Amino acid sequence: MDYNWDFASVFVYWNVLAMGLWATFKLFIICSTLGLGGGLFMGMLRYSKTRWISYPAMLYVEVFRNTPVLVQIIWFFFALPVVTGIEVSPMMAAVLGITLNTIAFSAEVFRGGIQSIEREQWEAGKAIGMSYAQSMRRVILPQALKRMLPPLTSRGIEVFKMSTLASVVAYPETLQQAKLIASYEYNPIEAYTVVALMFFIVLLPLVQLTYMLERRFGKSDA
Amino acid sequence: MVVEIVRERLLYEWDFVATLADMDLLLLGLWNTIQVFFLALVFGVPLGLGLALGRMSRILVLSQLCSFIIEFFRTTPPLVQLFWFFFALPILISVQMTPFVASVLTFSIQSSAFFAEIFRGGINSIDKGQWEAAKAIGMTRKSSLTRIILPQAVKRMIPAFAERSIELLKTTTLISTVSYADLMFQANELASKNFRPLEVYTVVAIMYFFLILTFSQLTIRLEYRLAKTGEGTLR
Amino acid sequence: MTNAVEIRGLRKSFSDLEVLKGIDLDVAEGEAVVLLGSSGSGKSTLLRCINFMEEPTAGQIRLNGDLIGTEQGGRMRYHEADLCKLRTRIGMVFQHFNLFPHMTVLENVMEGQTIVLGRSKAEAKDKAMTQLLRVGLEMKAEEYPARLSGGQKQRVAIARALAMDPEVMLFDEVTSALDPELVGEVLKTMLQLAEDGMTMVCVTHEIGFAYHVANKVCFLHDGLILEQGAPQFVLQTPETQRVRDFLAGHSLFKLPN
Repeated sequence: MDYNWDFASVFVYWNVLAMGLWATFKLFIICSTLGLGGGLFMGMLRYSKTRWISYPAMLYVEVFRNTPVLVQIIWFFFALPVVTGIEVSPMMAAVLGITLNTIAFSAEVFRGGIQSIEREQWEAGKAIGMSYAQSMRRVILPQALKRMLPPLTSRGIEVFKMSTLASVVAYPETLQQAKLIASYEYNPIEAYTVVALMFFIVLLPLVQLTYMLERRFGKSDA
Repeated sequence: MVVEIVRERLLYEWDFVATLADMDLLLLGLWNTIQVFFLALVFGVPLGLGLALGRMSRILVLSQLCSFIIEFFRTTPPLVQLFWFFFALPILISVQMTPFVASVLTFSIQSSAFFAEIFRGGINSIDKGQWEAAKAIGMTRKSSLTRIILPQAVKRMIPAFAERSIELLKTTTLISTVSYADLMFQANELASKNFRPLEVYTVVAIMYFFLILTFSQLTIRLEYRLAKTGEGTLR
Repeated sequence: MTNAVEIRGLRKSFSDLEVLKGIDLDVAEGEAVVLLGSSGSGKSTLLRCINFMEEPTAGQIRLNGDLIGTEQGGRMRYHEADLCKLRTRIGMVFQHFNLFPHMTVLENVMEGQTIVLGRSKAEAKDKAMTQLLRVGLEMKAEEYPARLSGGQKQRVAIARALAMDPEVMLFDEVTSALDPELVGEVLKTMLQLAEDGMTMVCVTHEIGFAYHVANKVCFLHDGLILEQGAPQFVLQTPETQRVRDFLAGHSLFKLPN
């Protein structure tokens, strides 16, 4: 264990890492916005009482929940161009894979959140003369959203971590940049330790936030 | 011009023959995937229980150490961990590291952090009265935990457990990046050999889909059988 | 003759809040004592201090003459192992039964005997069946708690405590979570125990039970015993306005005789 740590060899490339972190954030913001928004929409389709709507939505959710994101990214990168003839950039493959996956997961959170509200709440809404839509909007959703907050935050954390998969198709996010540094300077220990710490520092507050939300709103569904 | 290209593409002739002819390659990859998955579960679950108990311990140092380990492995991307264990650790302790060992090591520890939180959630979900009843008949904390609390908690944890195991199974695809011959890696190899990425990756996606579906069906059945005494489950 | 339970100068605080402010109480062998008082008066905490579910902040407790804990520098020190042993000598029944849902009724009643007292399976089973017979539930031995009514659950909980051969039994609002028509069967079981000469300390809101069964009633208010004595005195000719108000609230509506 008498290894000489040399973090300076990583930090001289701070701008390379900063570019990577920026790319990571870009992926995170695009994928989590589209993914959570799309997920709420997909969750509503999934909750629909019309089978023609809920069944295809269910199929979508199951397919994307039950296949690895990496397979999806690779599929979009190598296979999609073959079918469509459209050139797919690393960024696009990563965004497609991560977003479609996040839609599937947050759809389930959304559905679970609504279902977690006790039947009595629907009945109480009905009893004071509310319509289905009114009960949903005024009574159910406000409570369900609170319960959905902790699992949705966890989803966000997952998305942030998932963004590293983009390195597999050579998209220059944080990990890819670290790989680059490591291959230049032969310092994998420092390079990967720094990346690990970067993720830890960025995500720890978010994790603490989930804990706080869970304590406040209780009943986590993910 | 554009219309022509689109038409040509839509008429793309799927040809699974080349892929299916090399199915043994993919099956070998599947077997390797299952091996890593299984070993990571075998090591990860007990380790997770240990971390959970450590985190709930009254000894402050132990509790904080376990909290740190759990949070660290939950907040760092598994791919970064894998690279660290594969590229960095061998230099640090100067041992030979194979992709297989690095994979099992990474995913055992990584999943143990998540299992720890499931254990903790399960144990905390048990009514305080159960601890009290055990205490009142003179049980020590240890036997209260093993005889009264854990048997009830484990039952409730099964759905969360299954969910996490499925995550683990999907995460094992990452080991292809350190050249371990799992299903994903074999797919890459095959695709570069037969130039049929569309067919290869589609087949592989379907294989993963059914592997995961089988696993989740198994756990649903298990949950159903254990739900006999009519208690809720924790998700 | 030594008392079954002897409490001197008992104090208990939860962080800043002092819940018990110096309690002295004697429970003679074979006596049934009922603790009354409004919520927040400290009666449940007092009960829970007797078997050290809560560790007292100050004061001394003796069980059949044995001082619990060791005195060190003017303070009592308690070791978990000693407390575990003590709790086997005191039975406790809870408001919410707290039966172990993953065990059958019989296993519930055997658990403490085998795991804590180290009795053989056969002996534990024998004792368990005797106690289940006593509470009238021997035919439910193989059922899981989920299949029992609230009253039956509570009687199993009583049997579970009795199977340890306790010197004292503690009852913590054991009928408060029950449907009204199930209260009777549990109170009857407790009456039977009192008549068998079991030493009992009960926290309850059943004034009628206190009147008919208790040898002594203690009224707690604000962490102190405000009045204590035979039920006829405390319940029928209370000395303080506080007790009169409490009793009035409990008997606002009565069926005509």
